[in-house]
Amino acid sequence: MATTLDQIFVLLKHWIVSFLPVVLQPIAGAVLSVAAIIVVFASLFALTTVLERKGLGRMQNRLGPNRVGPFGLLQPVADGIKALTKEDVVPFHADGVVHFLAPLIFLSAVLMGFAVLPVGRNMQLVDMDAGLLFFFAMGASTELSVFMAGWSSRNKYSLLGAMRAVAQMISYEVPLLMSSVAIIMVSGTLSLPRIVEAQSGYTGVLPHWYVFTPWGFASFILFGIAAFAETNRSPFDLPEGESELVAGYFTEYSGFKFAVFFIAEYLGMFSISGIATTLFLGGWSAPFSFLTVVPSWLWFFAKVMVFICVFIWVRGTLPRLRQDQLMNFAWKFVLPMTLLNLFVAGLWRFMGEGWLRWVVCSAILVAVYVIGGRIQMRRKSFGPRTYRYAE
Amino acid sequence: MNAVFWILSIITVLGGLAAVTLKNTVHCALALTAAFAGLALLFLQLDAQFAGFAQILVYIGAVAILVVFAILLTRGSETPSEGVFSRTWLTGLVIAAAVFAVIAWAVLRSGAALPGENAAPAVSVQQIGAALMGRYVLPLEIVALLLTAAMIGAVIVAMHDKGGSK
Repeated sequence: MATTLDQIFVLLKHWIVSFLPVVLQPIAGAVLSVAAIIVVFASLFALTTVLERKGLGRMQNRLGPNRVGPFGLLQPVADGIKALTKEDVVPFHADGVVHFLAPLIFLSAVLMGFAVLPVGRNMQLVDMDAGLLFFFAMGASTELSVFMAGWSSRNKYSLLGAMRAVAQMISYEVPLLMSSVAIIMVSGTLSLPRIVEAQSGYTGVLPHWYVFTPWGFASFILFGIAAFAETNRSPFDLPEGESELVAGYFTEYSGFKFAVFFIAEYLGMFSISGIATTLFLGGWSAPFSFLTVVPSWLWFFAKVMVFICVFIWVRGTLPRLRQDQLMNFAWKFVLPMTLLNLFVAGLWRFMGEGWLRWVVCSAILVAVYVIGGRIQMRRKSFGPRTYRYAE
Repeated sequence: MNAVFWILSIITVLGGLAAVTLKNTVHCALALTAAFAGLALLFLQLDAQFAGFAQILVYIGAVAILVVFAILLTRGSETPSEGVFSRTWLTGLVIAAAVFAVIAWAVLRSGAALPGENAAPAVSVQQIGAALMGRYVLPLEIVALLLTAAMIGAVIVAMHDKGGSK
């Protein structure tokens, strides 16, 4: 019964596809899976917009949207209708073709990333041998569309925002890849379903997730920082900071094209949360061995929603980083930590089982973190906090 | 030689042609990106997954952006005043035809040099990794040295520009 519930969507797909002739069955199966991915993640996007606005509102001591439905839950419907019926204004001197193509390429590249995500047991769209590399390749393709959007608008603010966004995304792409290389090293495979399987054992009650190892935890934190920067979310959202650059690279987009950028940004958040869940939190496996009766896809979506809540929480909490602080942080702190983490992961693998490797690996990581942080902070001195009031 | 190959090669060739004939330099860079994408898809069609995805990650994700930054930072995006074709086009055509002839001869002869080319080898990423760490470790280290030298050189060039003001 538990396995039927677990595999219910796979069985449903096989049942629907069995009505068609044998020649059409693979294509029909693929089309059905793609439609399911789009429907599920688009409705999650709608839910997340409400969640974000209510959550941010509560953190800022105000109510979020509460007019449209019960607790404002129909707000995405209102937003969608507004976006669809707004006039599509394109500036006169804007480069028409590139301006039109930028949101399309952004959305397509982000949607392609969902193809390798193992949403549940046996529930990934394609099981590629180099699945993780495919995901990062699609992430790299989004940077070009950000540049296209900023340049084609013929607007100084858009171009500045696009340059900053591209510089930030390239700088943080290296720590993103390097922190996942540690996982790849230990699992020995680039294929995401197999990485999830490598984490699916239990010792007693506790799971074998990589986040519970010292190098895995460090990787997780560094991957999280890089994920915030890759999706241009606070505290790294200078490219779209409203007080600085109007709206950054999508200033000149109105109506549905803006909605497409918005959707693509949030879907990027979902896919990177999905990859973080797969690599570090054990994908679709349950946290304790007695909870395996709950279906695997439910655990996957629960973990992804926890990530989304952390994204929203950090947005409401931390102040924005300046561009040079952001770049310094990437190249001088995050990247050396990821390289050290690779070394520590190798040390862990070759030290053999036992308590010694836990102590040694944790000690190396904590010591370098503290010493590295102190060295970086030596150049800045903080006096006592002073307040200046307007008079 | 199926339909997918023809579509991909048409995309690649058109991208390359557009990259040299368009007037706006940023459009040329974007057409070059389309040519890179066509090449990556050709790799994928040949079942070389790692090569195809690495092509997308490196070429489209980094080289194309580098080209675009270089265009924007060096005022090359203004449209050229006297057209895109140079006056020595005949010499260029002859040289390009000679290079094409040499490459085509090499490619057509390689079919006879490799026995049993009917069975496409399924190369997994693990085999590529083992080969890089085993048989090709010396080229890997030399490439790493080259990349480090390039990065240090870039930092030195960038630092030298700010040396007077700071």
